[in-house]
Amino acid sequence: MVDPSSERRPSLSAASLTLRLTAIAVVVAALAGAFAYVNGTLDPQRLTPKALVNVLETNNGIHAGFRRNHSKGVCVAGYFESSGEARAYSSAQVFNEPRTPVVGRFALPSGNPYAPDGSVPIRSLALRFTQSDGQQWRTGMNSMPVFPVATPEAFYQLQQAQSPDPATGKPNPAAVPAFFAAHPEAAPFLQWIKTAKPSASYATETYNGINAFYLVGPGGQRQAVRWGVAPMSQDAADATPPQGADFLEQDLTKRLAAGPLRWQLNITLANPGDPVNDASKAWPADRKVLNAGTLVLERAQAQDNGDCRDINYDPLILPSGIEGSDDPLLAARSAAYASSYLRRTSEVSQLPATQESRP
Amino acid sequence: MNAPRHFAPLARLLHWLMALMVIAMLFIGAGMVASVSERHAWLLQLHKPLGIAILLLVIVRLLVRFTTQVPPLPADLPGWQALAAKASHVLLYALMLVLPLLGWAMISAAGDPVMLSESLRLPSILPANAQAFALLRKAHGYLAYLLFLTVLVHLAAALFHGWVRRDEVLGSMLRGRD
Repeated sequence: MVDPSSERRPSLSAASLTLRLTAIAVVVAALAGAFAYVNGTLDPQRLTPKALVNVLETNNGIHAGFRRNHSKGVCVAGYFESSGEARAYSSAQVFNEPRTPVVGRFALPSGNPYAPDGSVPIRSLALRFTQSDGQQWRTGMNSMPVFPVATPEAFYQLQQAQSPDPATGKPNPAAVPAFFAAHPEAAPFLQWIKTAKPSASYATETYNGINAFYLVGPGGQRQAVRWGVAPMSQDAADATPPQGADFLEQDLTKRLAAGPLRWQLNITLANPGDPVNDASKAWPADRKVLNAGTLVLERAQAQDNGDCRDINYDPLILPSGIEGSDDPLLAARSAAYASSYLRRTSEVSQLPATQESRP
Repeated sequence: MNAPRHFAPLARLLHWLMALMVIAMLFIGAGMVASVSERHAWLLQLHKPLGIAILLLVIVRLLVRFTTQVPPLPADLPGWQALAAKASHVLLYALMLVLPLLGWAMISAAGDPVMLSESLRLPSILPANAQAFALLRKAHGYLAYLLFLTVLVHLAAALFHGWVRRDEVLGSMLRGRD
């Protein structure tokens, strides 16, 4: 039996050969072009994680090995004690087992790791809960109640407004007011920051998760929530005015030497219709709040070689029983943190603490 | 026993299934790292289970490849083309095997739980180490681009066999019973 495909083919005419080679080139170019569009090369207007991290580097300089935002901070460790109150709403092990170990990080919201503690009125707390089943819950919280803007595009523009003007080398002082004039959604944040003062201690602050999430219960029912931690003991933190640029870490170390610090984990339940995709809008104050348990922090470590250094506090690393909402800032944080994480993990050897021979 | 003129049906099924999966995977990966939108989150959720599926399938495929007869290249194929064909196939198999392992290893080295779904977690295959993560993450990206280039060359060569040389190479993966 003769397979017709094995017979010699007549050779192609020059025109036919050109046509066929062109067709191959077109197929390959179409696939390569689609790929170049998807990876952003042919779509330069798209906001990418790289662009978000680049603008932070433009504004703050590159500090090798440090986080590109919230660069100055301190590692902490302890555990979370569940009250059991969130159990009906979430099947996550963290709410169902008595105790879950935590590695956290207090920080200042600036891309400059040497910023004086008094330079900003905001403090942040990131936490990683490691469940015994190996799943993790990571969250990054801030002392403000709402985020200034609702979208990653607006956040990017706000950063651009603070970038140095190439002509003067300094930020244009009119740019930030102009940005806020064009972004009325920032009003609640601006209202809050008007009276906010830099606190003398990390220990006396409330930290808010700001973005909305869903708790998913054992039966699969979903409840939109926001969470935060509130300090369980208030004290005369403002009795002595803070001295120097690094008083927060000194205060924390002193307090932990005297005993563990405690916060209550509050989970606010949304009513139907509350905005779950807009972190610039607060929910009404009368919403039901669960006391999910107690965060106990027992020790602190310098961040340059502490346990929190190599943790990417990506807010979308969640255990089964907690899900992200469609708040666009969540995906953007996840994407931008990944970009920052790759940059800084590539530079770990350049951190001051890892350079032993440094003068 | 005569050499077959076509790839075994199972080999062809695996080839076309994995061709779709690998090309989808390359686009998903390139798209997710260039996006801050919700696409980033759901592409990442697709990327991980799809990568593990490719890893399992490439192992099956290597077994099939070594246990079935493969149609020979045309006898009149220039030596350099035959060499390029062999080398590019080795590269394709190696990258399909290595890329999912690198992805798994880099998530492990980041200290992140290796979640294939909301509740399915694979064990870590490396201890957490920042410098190892940075190296593995870069290798994952660069080798994915190398895989995409190799796929383009493979596609161009297949079409060259089918449309210009008009030999049996393209047909051996498209059809046939033996």
